[in-house]
Amino acid sequence: MPQTPLHAEHARLGASFTDFGGWDMPVRYSSDLAEHEAVRTNAGLFDISHMAEIFIQGVGAAAFLDFSLVGQASLIENGKAKYSLICNNDGGIIDDLIVYRLADESFLVIANAGNRDAVVSALTTRAATVGFNGVSDKSDDYALLAIQGPNATKILQGITDTDLSTLPYYSIGEGTVSGVKAYLCRTGYTGEDGFEVLFSSNDAVKVFNALITEGAVPCGLASRDTLRLEAGMPLYGHELNLDVNPYEAGFGRVVRLERDDFVGRAALLELSNNTPSRKLVGLIGEGKRAARADYPLFADSESTVQIGIITSGALSPTLGYPVAMGYLATELSEIGNTVSVDIRGTRLPMTIVKLPFYKRSK
Amino acid sequence: MSNPTNRQYTAEHEWVLVEGDVATIGITAYAAEKLGDVVFVDLPKVGTSTTYMKICGEIESTKSVGELYAPLDGEVVEINDVVVSAPETVNTDPFGAGWLIKVKFTTLPELMSAEQYDALTGEG
Repeated sequence: MPQTPLHAEHARLGASFTDFGGWDMPVRYSSDLAEHEAVRTNAGLFDISHMAEIFIQGVGAAAFLDFSLVGQASLIENGKAKYSLICNNDGGIIDDLIVYRLADESFLVIANAGNRDAVVSALTTRAATVGFNGVSDKSDDYALLAIQGPNATKILQGITDTDLSTLPYYSIGEGTVSGVKAYLCRTGYTGEDGFEVLFSSNDAVKVFNALITEGAVPCGLASRDTLRLEAGMPLYGHELNLDVNPYEAGFGRVVRLERDDFVGRAALLELSNNTPSRKLVGLIGEGKRAARADYPLFADSESTVQIGIITSGALSPTLGYPVAMGYLATELSEIGNTVSVDIRGTRLPMTIVKLPFYKRSK
Repeated sequence: MSNPTNRQYTAEHEWVLVEGDVATIGITAYAAEKLGDVVFVDLPKVGTSTTYMKICGEIESTKSVGELYAPLDGEVVEINDVVVSAPETVNTDPFGAGWLIKVKFTTLPELMSAEQYDALTGEG
């Protein structure tokens, strides 16, 4: 199983490991809850070097991305970032991505580890269609660290010469970390302020340990999952997959239909004209029992007709009650409506709420 | 962490400490660590019958759900209120304050020794 350049460091710090997207990744160092809390109240450090970094560069790069993604990359300002989706011809989601614009004809696309091959293959095929040849998968050359939490800026500032106050949310800058050339991105997947820092994998150990010395708490993927869930962020393979379209997933706003041809446009245009039969919703419960992925949803405690399914769920560490996301028949998906979840044979009520469950105070 | 030698074990990672005709039952440190932070335990009510290797409770962490298998036939005579109100005790002291239930029994099935359990979990 592939490992990141920090695998030995994680082992040295006492991490337990899990298979994530085909990678042997740290699930926790000591305590999921302590790591979760470190991100909410201090600063957590995640090794996300398993994620894919694809550079799109050269004349026609912006037009190529406009054709390949559902969003309009050519509208992103230089130095800014945008969340986007790459869909197939049927409007099914191949992956969700962050697109960073480095220069007029230079972009960085960060994709999920488990979808690296699918995304690279789709981009390469689309590049051939439009005669663009600037797609380059550099995932193996880079380490990617996320530093997230209210103290993330202070901690990262300790090892960089870039004035981080010049980088607003969803922007990217070039600078150094611990003397190493890096891209500094003000993005994340936790619901907190923070950065994702991309640099040569050869320097991974040095930068990782420098951030720990500055006070960042190493955090595993278990806490990353509960953090992103509280923040209402989707995880590919749970909320998103090839059988889900952007309108069901609540990402209609990401699809820019008012433009010329792009892959999936015809299907997405038709989908946009109809109310989806199911919608991704946020659900909260009472007590301590979490509704987890794949548990079925029913209209009420007596009904035996399944009307939805949980895609992610946990007892929220920050809020203290169960939170979940799931797909629900549209007619039952109104905020405030109560449905019933089957938790291993026990029916419990859950109420539909607006996402996110947790929003940081600015 | 080494497994105490004054008790017996199951392949499902329960420990059993016998005193007279009452067995105190918990999950091992190995199981607690695999689960992660325990946030909820669902234990059988006092008076419930237990059946050897049948599920009699659940231990939930943020990440997953663990099942509690009854290591013997008997009747639940006490449950640990401490772990019900402070589930993290299962992580902090799995072999002590984090015990789960006490079961009154008549015959004891064949269980694993600490040595055998060490071998199963790659410890010792």
